[in-house]
Amino acid sequence: MKLTLSSSPHMRADRDTSQVMRMVLYAMVPGVICQSYFFGWGVFIQIAIATIAALVVEASILAIRNKPVARNLSDYSAVLTACLLAVSLPPALPWWMTVIGVIFAIGIVKQLYGGLGYNLFNPAMVAYVVLLISFPAAMTQWIPPAPLHAVTLTFSDMLHLIFTGYTPSGLSLEQGLQAVDGVSSATPLDHLKTGLTQASTYNELLTSQVYEGGPFVSSGTGWAWVSVSYLIGGLFLLKTRIISWHIPVSLIVSIAFCATVLHLINQDIYGSALFHLLNGSVLFGAFFIATDPVSASTTAKGRIIFGAMIGFWIIIIRNFGGYPDAVAFAVIIMNMAVPLIDYYTQPRTYGHKGK
Amino acid sequence: MQLPQFEDIISRLDKGQTWSFSGGVHPAGNKHLSNQTCTVHPSLPEQLIVPVRQHIGTDGQILVKEGEQVKKGQPLTQSSQAFSVPIHAPTSGTIKAIGDHVTAHPSGLSETCIQITPDGHDTWVSLTPTPHYLEIEKSELVSQICNAGVAGMGGAGFPSHIKASGSKSVEFLIINGIECEPYITADDRLMREQAASILEGVDILTHLLSPRAVVIAIEDNKPDAIAVMKQACESRTDIHLVTVPTKYPAGGEKQLIQILTGREVPRDGLPIDVGITMFNVGTCFAVADAILRGKPLIERIVTVTGSAVERPGNYWARIGTPVNHLLSVAGYLPKQQKQPEVIMGGPMMGFTLNDAAVPVVKTTNCLLIPAHNELTHGSDERACIRCSACADACPVHLLPQQLFWHSKAKEYDKAQEYNLFDCIECGACAYVCPSEIPLVHYYRKAKSDIRVERDERNKADKAKARFEARKARLEREKLEREAKHQKAKEARLAAVDNKTTSSSKDKVAAALARAKAKKAQQAGNSDATANETSSAPQDNKKAAVAAAVARAKAKKAAQQAAQQHTDTPPASNKSTDGQNVPPVSDSAEDAQAEKKQRVAAAVARAKAKKAAQQAAQQHTDTPPASNESTDGQNVPPVSDSAEDAQAAKKQRIAAAVAKAKAKKAAQEKNK
Repeated sequence: MKLTLSSSPHMRADRDTSQVMRMVLYAMVPGVICQSYFFGWGVFIQIAIATIAALVVEASILAIRNKPVARNLSDYSAVLTACLLAVSLPPALPWWMTVIGVIFAIGIVKQLYGGLGYNLFNPAMVAYVVLLISFPAAMTQWIPPAPLHAVTLTFSDMLHLIFTGYTPSGLSLEQGLQAVDGVSSATPLDHLKTGLTQASTYNELLTSQVYEGGPFVSSGTGWAWVSVSYLIGGLFLLKTRIISWHIPVSLIVSIAFCATVLHLINQDIYGSALFHLLNGSVLFGAFFIATDPVSASTTAKGRIIFGAMIGFWIIIIRNFGGYPDAVAFAVIIMNMAVPLIDYYTQPRTYGHKGK
Repeated sequence: MQLPQFEDIISRLDKGQTWSFSGGVHPAGNKHLSNQTCTVHPSLPEQLIVPVRQHIGTDGQILVKEGEQVKKGQPLTQSSQAFSVPIHAPTSGTIKAIGDHVTAHPSGLSETCIQITPDGHDTWVSLTPTPHYLEIEKSELVSQICNAGVAGMGGAGFPSHIKASGSKSVEFLIINGIECEPYITADDRLMREQAASILEGVDILTHLLSPRAVVIAIEDNKPDAIAVMKQACESRTDIHLVTVPTKYPAGGEKQLIQILTGREVPRDGLPIDVGITMFNVGTCFAVADAILRGKPLIERIVTVTGSAVERPGNYWARIGTPVNHLLSVAGYLPKQQKQPEVIMGGPMMGFTLNDAAVPVVKTTNCLLIPAHNELTHGSDERACIRCSACADACPVHLLPQQLFWHSKAKEYDKAQEYNLFDCIECGACAYVCPSEIPLVHYYRKAKSDIRVERDERNKADKAKARFEARKARLEREKLEREAKHQKAKEARLAAVDNKTTSSSKDKVAAALARAKAKKAQQAGNSDATANETSSAPQDNKKAAVAAAVARAKAKKAAQQAAQQHTDTPPASNKSTDGQNVPPVSDSAEDAQAEKKQRVAAAVARAKAKKAAQQAAQQHTDTPPASNESTDGQNVPPVSDSAEDAQAAKKQRIAAAVAKAKAKKAAQEKNK
């Protein structure tokens, strides 16, 4: 009787890579729904554009590299990258900018480094930064959240806006971006940043309508709810052990700590911990971006350092840097430090003396 | 590392608290498949194939011959060393063959086996039980355990008598009834059915090792075994029965030590280094059988399980029973499998057999015959996404993905930096890997490559050392040979030189120098004996002149010679710095008399050197008196006092003579 041979272990846990990626996608659902509630159909359109572009780019590069296309596409990593990028983009961003971002994320940051598992940087965040630096105006023009809309944009309006720059009724992007007060298309973070340069204090600026209707005084309209819904998705990831607690917890604690220290130093200039946690993409970043396993630290201690340092950089860049939000920059900075962190945080092996 | 103290450990264990090890996994146990029925004695197979080595260590000496009749329990080999245990005939019958047969080895190697055809009577050899073991010497007990062929039955097959005869003091004797591997229920059933015998074995081991505490550990997924053991231990205050939370690999020796005592076995150490000795429950049973009933280890419980057998359960399998016999006893269902597959051991650490004819050995605890898709086979390896689920699962705190990375890239130095050899191959990392990477396989490959490399390096080092020793020897021999040839040549040349007058010029020069040197010497001698206050400067001058003349001539001759033989180094250089040659007292006279000029020159040079050194020590600041001498440094300085002058004179003369002779000799040789 000829018997087949295989190497132990002969048992495996059920979870595989594509399942992990799909679970992260599922966890994004509440956040995406909430985001589209406040920011319209653009969110879905961007996701669709990015996903199609990602699959095309990934497939072509895999084909060039003589890798099995269908097998690698089925791991859902390209789709996940596309979705993470898409929800970070302003909903009315011209389609070709989104495509450029995706090409950069998948083609350069991921595939040029060797494909899944080999990239040093978080592909979605590098693409975001590339777009932010290349198209600063378009990348900071967010549609005002639903309660502040001057005009309500339908699906078809949004589609035309993204692909042609005008709605069927002839409204331009700029007009579409008008908020009720006719002035601001700013995000809460943007509003604060600009306001501070005009000698307003933090508390004065919080009285703006941009901050109305959130769950807390300092949280921006719509934005805070989006953050909270991503938090729910994040907790689902924690619960299902797709991600470990180290990075999100250390990141959030670090932000709370750093923000509180600055806030105590000068309440007129520096926002509170809650302000920083609920505005911008901190909670999204903490659970969905910084936890990208490929570009994050791999040791338990290292992940705590990695998360805490991202939090630190977010607060530093938000308060002292040129850009209103800083999650992408902070993540990229810490991506670079990962090999170093990993090297110095190796656990003590059983039976070995401590280092 | 602060080790938890004995009292702390005991008080914790008595409270039902344990430590824990980080990592570990929770695979589905599937123990219910095989632990529902009593252990069955299967029928006698047609052939029994008993491998000579079934333990870690060396083979014993084979005691039987082909065709010989053996009885059940008769030793087939003899333990010749400490690390060797004998094997015994599992039944009575005839030795059919002694030779290579495929055995239970992951790589399907053949090993020396003794094949027995049973006669069906199953007659025992006369047994010698030792029921009153407390009355005999401990060393006698230990050798009885050894002679009964008891080797660790948990899996490693470490000879038990070695552990039982430890000289170091034991704090904890741990009895391992964890059985953390899925599917396996051999120890579970043994504890349920043979609790009393296990405790007898524990008592014997306690008697041998005198531990401060005995701990029996059972995983909490075996409530029946726990209940039975608890009942058996009820009146025993000296035994601590501990229930351990189910987590793979809690049954690993190092992990169980960590769970029960919070201690870690040092990297290159043994459990005894932290005061612990561990035995498997099966081993305890075998020890009791060996001592109290005199029975050698010839059968053990084997779990035959999996959905591809009709009657999964536990079987008292004789050592040497071919696997296919057990398969037929348990009712193998080939249709359940897409491709036939038998795993020996558990699904986490067991290995697939390449032949169902392999025999059951002392360490075989399970035969797993899975139905198609029963075990989630991962063969679809994808790229590592660095999720570090493996690191979280690793019970020894390794970084499996780094090990994988370096093992795959064959960067074995790096892999070893990440402590590759601390990997216990438990398979937890590969079990959790979402990319289905066969991590353990990579580590095994790397380990074996490193071992091969190490062996080859050792071999190469030895070869290199041998080669270098040979080279040195050849070099030495060559030099010796050359020296011998040189000597012979010189002797020959000298002989020729003495006979012929081929170089009359040189001869004349030499003779002149000799004569002058002699004169000078004589003058010096007379000076020394006759007049202490004589005109030293005058004598000095004379001597210096003579020396200079001699030198000049010698130099000229040497130059001529050198022109002729520029590439040949003067042979005299070797011979003239003859510190080994004892200085002759009357150098000038002797030299004159001596026919072999080389020797004389050497002697003279040595003496002159010595004298010059003395003079130099005495008169370092005295300017040379002789202006005629061109190279003043060679002329010893002249002193004011008579004594000094005498000495100086003597030295100079000697030096001059020596030099002249030496140069001449060189010149001659160079021709």
